[in-house]
Amino acid sequence: MKARIAAVAAIAGTLLAADAAEAYTVYVSNEKDNTISVIDTATMTVTKTFKVGRRPRGLAVTPDGKYIVVCASDDHRIEAWDTTDYKLARTLPSGPDPELFAFSPDGKLMYVANEDDNLVTVVDMETNKKVTEIPVGVEPEGMAVSPDGKTVINTSETTNMIHFIDAATQKITDNVLVDARPRFAEFSSDGAKLWTSAEVGGTVTVIDPKTKQVLKRIEFSVPGLNKEAIQPVGIRITKNGKRVFVALGPANRVAVINGDTYEVEKYLLVGQRVWQLAFTPDEKMLFSTNGASGDVSVIDVDALRVTKSIKVGRLPWGVWVKPE
Amino acid sequence: MARIDAQAAMRTVLLTACTAMAGWAGTAASARADELSVGILSLRPPPPPIYDQDPLPEDLGLAGGRLAIKDSNTTGRLVGQSFRLDETIIDEGDDPLPAFEELVAKGNQFVVLNLPAAQVLKIADAAKGRDILLFNAAAEEESLRNEDCRDNVMHVAPTRSMLTDSLAQFLVWKRWRNWLVIYGPHPNDQLYLDQIKRAAKKFSGKIIAEKLWEFGPDGRRTAQQEVPLLTQALSYDVVMIADEAGEFGDYVAYHTWDPRPTAGTQGLMATTWHPQAEQHGAVQLNNRFKRLANRPMTSLDFNVWMAVRTVTESAPRVKSVQFKPLYDFVRGKEFELAAFKGVGLTFRDWDWQLRQPILLAQAAALVSMSPQPGFLHQRTPLDTLGTDKPESKCKLK
Repeated sequence: MKARIAAVAAIAGTLLAADAAEAYTVYVSNEKDNTISVIDTATMTVTKTFKVGRRPRGLAVTPDGKYIVVCASDDHRIEAWDTTDYKLARTLPSGPDPELFAFSPDGKLMYVANEDDNLVTVVDMETNKKVTEIPVGVEPEGMAVSPDGKTVINTSETTNMIHFIDAATQKITDNVLVDARPRFAEFSSDGAKLWTSAEVGGTVTVIDPKTKQVLKRIEFSVPGLNKEAIQPVGIRITKNGKRVFVALGPANRVAVINGDTYEVEKYLLVGQRVWQLAFTPDEKMLFSTNGASGDVSVIDVDALRVTKSIKVGRLPWGVWVKPE
Repeated sequence: MARIDAQAAMRTVLLTACTAMAGWAGTAASARADELSVGILSLRPPPPPIYDQDPLPEDLGLAGGRLAIKDSNTTGRLVGQSFRLDETIIDEGDDPLPAFEELVAKGNQFVVLNLPAAQVLKIADAAKGRDILLFNAAAEEESLRNEDCRDNVMHVAPTRSMLTDSLAQFLVWKRWRNWLVIYGPHPNDQLYLDQIKRAAKKFSGKIIAEKLWEFGPDGRRTAQQEVPLLTQALSYDVVMIADEAGEFGDYVAYHTWDPRPTAGTQGLMATTWHPQAEQHGAVQLNNRFKRLANRPMTSLDFNVWMAVRTVTESAPRVKSVQFKPLYDFVRGKEFELAAFKGVGLTFRDWDWQLRQPILLAQAAALVSMSPQPGFLHQRTPLDTLGTDKPESKCKLK
């Protein structure tokens, strides 16, 4: 009798625990495996792995949650996979060697960085057609769209610039020079700040998108690590703008930065060569792709602790959580 | 002497005339206020050592400079700067000074040298005290960074010691510590041998024997006969080859008495660049180069690319194409070159040698990149390669 009560309690406990945190679906692109891993956050396990085009890197779920969109860089195309049955729904014209992309807030347009061709390609999601190509610097990589949809950002790795593109005219309006090899750009949710990472420079530069002035250049220092090992890549900002997480590449750490004071508050030890980051919609968890160790680290955002690592494919690159 | 840019030659004639009339000294301004011209003085590639096998491309090194200019002009058009490469080729045995002075007269104050050490030195001394900065893209001599160092020469080419240190770290990490050395008869082979010996001492490798290759400049027919005899009754882990001309080194593998890998100037090679490099964006540089030159990128192309980029990547940062601000920036603490090796590259301020990771590769594949993990240094792991500050004999002047 006692045993049965204990069992019931245990089941109830499990149900409660499951209730407490929403179950989300996380997608991870594995660059050297040509696959996407699907993680269920209820069980924190990989529930499915499916084959996609060659060298999958940048990945995102469309704002309506219907498709996983992934750059198959070596196949020079972007693929849209159905989130219900994981079948290839369609391919999008992307221009050569697509690496990263961003959607307009209404989900109608997709801006793609073509790393090998010094272009940003604009694709109409409804008609599946290329709208235009915008010439930018050498090796375009990071893409971001301002929350109001009016400004498109591209970072070019060899030109070392952040390009501001007017979404209406589809022309570059401003260029801001940053440290070597800028890889990623992310707007704060109010659009007041643009955070950018420079991989080789080892810094993060925060820019005022209105004045194009540099608000702050943030350097990192991890005891016992030489400066070269610190290579910032992926950036995510909480919706309230208070906390910013930066993946530091071969430093194997995610930096936690105060969004107001720009102070680095903490370094979280994750897997090896941490690359990109993604929040769950409730911002309780942050997932990081760790390229060299082939896993994903799960960060508890409130406690600022790494709670779990989940084995995925070879060289995990992009990560995205399906919206609710 | 052959000139590649006929238009430039034409301009020279006109400029020389102007100079004569106005009595200007030295640096004629570039064609436009926002244009920067980088000069390159390049030795015509020598014929291949073994008959007509693998002839060196005519644009060896130059193509790397052209790509750097193309890359930089993409940036330049966004900031209102433009860049051009002023190319001059000389033949072996030519006096480099007239060609050099001609480049300077055309307004080139940054000049990349793809020349042997002796000619680099000659030009450095001729340029002393003038507003000229030289980049050594080819000469790997230790002497140029030590007793013969010059303050007006920046070295993007690695030294032999950087190359052999890179190999030694890898071999020691593999626990292949016992080396048999086979070296060629040329003076450069002796220099390479010296650096193998020094690297062995530095990283506790052991040279169990040194054998001179005396079976002629074409190893193809003789290797099967001679190499077993040269390598038998010895106990070693790896054959280290010093054959910079490529006369026999490729033919040592598979002919050793015991089955042993080869490394050095052939076999597992230390190099600044490789067409199979793909990490850290290297694949993009390799792709861009192939599209431009219709051939794979060599280490010399890469060295010239780095030299030109050192100048042209700095111009948007200092917002100028004038010599003084560019010179100050390139020589300053802020300078850092992104060159597809995962870390920013900087110059050692005691001998102006560029610090850089070195690739270890075989002909068709990349094997590793040095410095190897675990080789530590108080400044940067990159200073575990080559001459460190306390050992340097360089007194910059």
